[in-house]
Amino acid sequence: MNKQLTLDHADAAVEFNKNEAKVDWHDETLWFVRTKRDRAVAQIPEWEQLREAASQIKNHVLSNMHDLLIQFEQNAIRNGIKVHWAADGEEHNAIIHQIIQQAGATQLVKSKSMLTEECHLNKYLIDKGIDVIDSDLGERIVQMRGEPPSHIVLPAIHLTKADVGETFHQHLGTDKGATDPQYLTEAARQHLRETFLTRKVALTGVNFAIAETGGFVVCTNEGNADMGAHLADVHIAAMGFEKVIPRAEHLGVFLRLLARSATGQPITTFSSHFHRPRSGQEMHIVIVDNGRSRQLGRPDFRNSLKCIRCAACLNTCPVYRRSGGFSYHSAVAGPIGSILAPNLDMKQNADLPFASTLCGSCSNVCPVKIDIHEQLYKWRQVLMQEGYGPTTKTVAMKAMATVLESPRLYRMAGKVGRGVLRFAPITVENGLNPWYNQRDMPEPPAESFHDWYVNQKKA
Amino acid sequence: MTTRDQMLANIQANQPDLRPIPTQFTFTSVFPDLTKQFIDVLTFVGGAAVIVPNYEAIKDDIRKKYPNLTNVATACPELSELADVTMNVSDPHELSGLNLAIIEGPLAVAENAAIWVDERQIPQRAVPMITQFLVIIIRQSTIVPNMHDAYKLLTVDDTGFGTFICGPSKTADIEQSLVIGAHGARSLVVYLLP
Repeated sequence: MNKQLTLDHADAAVEFNKNEAKVDWHDETLWFVRTKRDRAVAQIPEWEQLREAASQIKNHVLSNMHDLLIQFEQNAIRNGIKVHWAADGEEHNAIIHQIIQQAGATQLVKSKSMLTEECHLNKYLIDKGIDVIDSDLGERIVQMRGEPPSHIVLPAIHLTKADVGETFHQHLGTDKGATDPQYLTEAARQHLRETFLTRKVALTGVNFAIAETGGFVVCTNEGNADMGAHLADVHIAAMGFEKVIPRAEHLGVFLRLLARSATGQPITTFSSHFHRPRSGQEMHIVIVDNGRSRQLGRPDFRNSLKCIRCAACLNTCPVYRRSGGFSYHSAVAGPIGSILAPNLDMKQNADLPFASTLCGSCSNVCPVKIDIHEQLYKWRQVLMQEGYGPTTKTVAMKAMATVLESPRLYRMAGKVGRGVLRFAPITVENGLNPWYNQRDMPEPPAESFHDWYVNQKKA
Repeated sequence: MTTRDQMLANIQANQPDLRPIPTQFTFTSVFPDLTKQFIDVLTFVGGAAVIVPNYEAIKDDIRKKYPNLTNVATACPELSELADVTMNVSDPHELSGLNLAIIEGPLAVAENAAIWVDERQIPQRAVPMITQFLVIIIRQSTIVPNMHDAYKLLTVDDTGFGTFICGPSKTADIEQSLVIGAHGARSLVVYLLP
């Protein structure tokens, strides 16, 4: 088990920061993607209006979710797609296992789906004896290493060429020490082509589900979702219910925003629209709740369900870039993940909304205008009120409240603080004081503002 | 109560008051030259564009670009003499040896160089991904400025499957280094007819 995944965010970040050179590299790599996004966005004069349109379409979706899902279901069934509903991850996993069993298969090829990560599908199926292969190159790499993805669009972004070379040497028999991305990708291509040609069941995620037509869209650069789905006898698509949009023409808005926000590309290489199974094929859709309807009922946090999973907020986040995806110990890392995760498990993920500078960069780049940093701030208040705040913070806040409530105590504490900093700096400048870590303590002023003010009046 | 009904009931109970669909969600893109814009973006994403006067020129260029290549299939009757295999197979697995697929695209988008193809152009859905090399033929007159214009012209469920293709298959999953040819075609050449 990756050590970072079992720690809270701050401790995991300390772990990640031990290799300073790699942190710098991680930071710069993600910032490079962010600048590609900026260049792509600058090509579109109506970018802000596009974001506004996307946001408003999603507002409509959230407010009309019930009817849109029923319309989607009716049209999908009419198209010959089998529709399943899953209340939680366990039910989602069980449905997929059953479909695989009914197909008489023991193997599954998957393209990227953060929902299946959220539901821990791989582990569930592997425990039942199903051989699962992730076909997105980044996901395949982390799967070989026994790790989860560290980023929702770039799953292996935490790894260097040398890391991948070593992993492929072990699992695919590539040359020891090989680091050429072209050579390594070719090895993965050959290995996965064999997989695509032999799997009877393929699973894909869903980027957008169209209520009006009962079809769905899957976007990839590699073509792996298509290779899997078009060659399999059974295609299973797993979707969180919030992926529904009203009409096909709304795709014009979302497809213009998605890849530009994600990687700075004008559009993904393949934007595939699935409406009916091909002749002789079975097509299933699993519509998943897993806490989403609860989040829909929280006015402060329901906007997080507008997310189209572009990862722009991760790439721009100064905390994500310097703490790494694993420090979020959740399927969706970064700012948006820190809003979604406490809804899934408030206690387990109480640390995540605090893993932010609240600088607002995430909200600024969000293509559907989610007020991400404001929701993080609101979660902090909810979590403290519900008693899930970190103990040290809770105690410190209580002490601070007492001091701030009393002018006398406040003046006394100030005097003590200035004295301590001047005459016994070691009492604060040590590793036990979290404020001293990565920071110099301030030069204490000679007198407090209050004393200065009183003296001024005298003079 | 079934899971479905329970989920829908929870959603109905928790969804906010109805907000209208915005009326303003399509935009106009202005490019001085749609063909040039299309070619510039296609080149940027790793594809290649060739402006040709007719199918004869396409034949010549393909023979030059892919000399002595076997396992070539085409869905264009005008180019049938280039093909030695067919993509009209009943089982898509039979396409696993396909080296070059030549198909037509009925609609292309200038702003992002995406080309729409559906089951009317590809007898098997796997064709554009399973082939080693891909050629798409479009007509310059079918290039529309942006995605909004494309969706106005498309009926996405006319056939069971359709896709926008923009450039060759690619990945940047190994240290952000762009590699062309992940699982799908290793190259995309687009011929633009008048």
